[in-house]
Amino acid sequence: MSEQIDNLIQKEYAAGFVTEIESDTLPPGLDEDVIRFISGRKNEPEWMLAWRLEAYRAWLKMVEPKWAHVSYPDIDFNAISYFSAPKSAADRPKSLDEIDPELKETYDKLGIPLHEQEMLAGVAVDAVFDSVSVATTFREKLKEAGVIFCSISEAIQEHPDLVRKYLGSVVPRKDNYYAALNSAVFSDGSFVYIPKGVSCPMELSTYFRINEAKTGQFERTLIVADEGSQVSYLEGCTAPMRDENQLHAAVVELVALDNATIKYSTVQNWYPGDAEGRGGIYNFVTKRGVAHTNAHISWTQVETGSAITMKYPSCILRGDNSVGEFYSVALSNNRQQADTGTKMVHLGKNTRSTIISKGISAGHGSNTYRGLVRMNPGATGARNYTQCDSLLIGDKCGAHTFPYIESKNPTAVVEHEATTSKVSDEQLFLCQQRGIDAEKAVSMIVNGFCKEVFRELPMEFAVEAGKLLEVSLEGSVG
Amino acid sequence: MLTIKGLKAVAGDTEILQGIDLTIGPGEVHAIMGTNGSGKSTLGHVLAGRDGYAVTAGDVDFLGKNLLDLDPEDRAREGLFLAFQYPVEIPGVSNMEFLKAAADAHAEYRGDEAPDAVSFMKKARELCTVADIDPSFLKRGVNEGFSGGEKKRNELLQMMLLEPRLAILDETDSGLDIDALKVVAAGVNEMRAADRSFIVITHYQRLLNYIEPDFVHVLSRGRIVKSGDKSLALELEEKGYGWVDQEVA
Repeated sequence: MSEQIDNLIQKEYAAGFVTEIESDTLPPGLDEDVIRFISGRKNEPEWMLAWRLEAYRAWLKMVEPKWAHVSYPDIDFNAISYFSAPKSAADRPKSLDEIDPELKETYDKLGIPLHEQEMLAGVAVDAVFDSVSVATTFREKLKEAGVIFCSISEAIQEHPDLVRKYLGSVVPRKDNYYAALNSAVFSDGSFVYIPKGVSCPMELSTYFRINEAKTGQFERTLIVADEGSQVSYLEGCTAPMRDENQLHAAVVELVALDNATIKYSTVQNWYPGDAEGRGGIYNFVTKRGVAHTNAHISWTQVETGSAITMKYPSCILRGDNSVGEFYSVALSNNRQQADTGTKMVHLGKNTRSTIISKGISAGHGSNTYRGLVRMNPGATGARNYTQCDSLLIGDKCGAHTFPYIESKNPTAVVEHEATTSKVSDEQLFLCQQRGIDAEKAVSMIVNGFCKEVFRELPMEFAVEAGKLLEVSLEGSVG
Repeated sequence: MLTIKGLKAVAGDTEILQGIDLTIGPGEVHAIMGTNGSGKSTLGHVLAGRDGYAVTAGDVDFLGKNLLDLDPEDRAREGLFLAFQYPVEIPGVSNMEFLKAAADAHAEYRGDEAPDAVSFMKKARELCTVADIDPSFLKRGVNEGFSGGEKKRNELLQMMLLEPRLAILDETDSGLDIDALKVVAAGVNEMRAADRSFIVITHYQRLLNYIEPDFVHVLSRGRIVKSGDKSLALELEEKGYGWVDQEVA
């Protein structure tokens, strides 16, 4: 059976293709001139450049974190190119009709028909192709509601006050090695501002895609939900097949002011490398949100891609009665390694957090849950509930759980539950004996395992996520 | 319906089936009895295509097809059903979802349209009454937290929904109290039909009081050593399996 399982995991990466577009790419290497070049190309104001340079100088003094339960060869940061933009970016397309036909084709292959997006029900897409946003839709409609949804580069030009106030306010530049690097060289990303009392009229969605070989991508996303506002943000990713490791070190900051709600959903399907573990994306992302009084931040992620993942979407529950949630499905197949989880830091009174983590390991995959729940002295009456479940498929994979709990307030309640289970030969045979083939059986069992997380996803994303798991596991049983 | 000729099978280095010959006609009920380790359950598993056994000799014809050439799921779709001795739990997958997936797979194999969800659910609920299962079990994970008797009744439910041509009941009586035994036996008797056959694998004669067999076979060391009608079962009950072995020797 384990042979059967091995076979089922073998499945070529369906999104593996490369678009040939001339890119305006900086040669590999990183120094202050590179940062000046990036900042200059974006016509950034002086304060932004200074901000980047300070981050860079801090980064030089920092060391790469090595505590995660993953192993990979040392990264040569001078072998990476820090800027790449499609050539047509110099004079931006005025409408979707003007964009490069090949680019359009890429989106079609990914199932994001840009020319039909305007008809898509209620979803605005800010498509990031390499480092520069090439198309933004629905902006006008959002404007009516007073919502700002644009690339971070544009926000720096057009909404400098908001950016200056909140950029780095949740993830400081010196927070960690990769956050510092991102702060120095971030290329582009999304900016969202929801004004007071406004419910964003549609779900906001960004598709990221890494395309240029050897170009690390450093997105920067900042979402600010003003008092009493609400927003749901979807992020979906896929990258073309490449034989070299690509570094991806994004920073996402969420600010939920009093009584605001932010729901952030991710489906991540970057190239995981081949069956022997060659190639694949390194996904070292810092995601964090601050919840003020009565605010609510919810992270939902479905992580099926990347060769190596280190990612801990976190909530700082600063205000009284604020709520943080983390729902995660992480799948490691073949040689994939994932070290992921969350941090819930309870500062305010009666703050509540829920963590539901589902790790799936198949092939030679390694899946680690790492989470921190901290109850600070002020967190009177705070509660946390954590549930970590691991599912093993085959007998060459691994699952690990590292929960850290720090409680400095005697009235705080922390609950932790963990289970590990295995897709057994007996289960597969029962399904087969009822006429259900092994592949369908595995996908049914895995989907059942993930149910609690999938129901947190917006409907169309949930369907996509189920499909993604099925594709990611195809070939893992005979 | 089913013709087994000279069937030999090994698990690792051990030959468990050492030449089985058995012919089962449409509508017939055959009981297979024998001691622990005689190969009874192995026969059921080998016919259903369970991994871990290698067939080293013999032929099995099922409804005109070479059964041994088919994948386990295709054997099921051709109409072979194995009711498990120890039904396994599948947490998170609801019973209803599981039943629908099975019914859909059968329909697709036959080239039929998948049954529509509403009438399928109605049918499943009706059959729950026959199998004495609370319909709320349909929403629970497959066998998840079910008692031994509930699991066996759930097997009956699956059998009634999939309407197989040949059902193999592997020690269905084990772990059943007398009331549950009667329910399961009544369900099986309800399903008896001119074009449906049963193989009833059991240790004890008790089950055969409720499911009356047309033929009884005694399995010993991987071979059928004695066959007869239902009176053979009664004789075994009285004299024990040692009697057959002595007689054969």
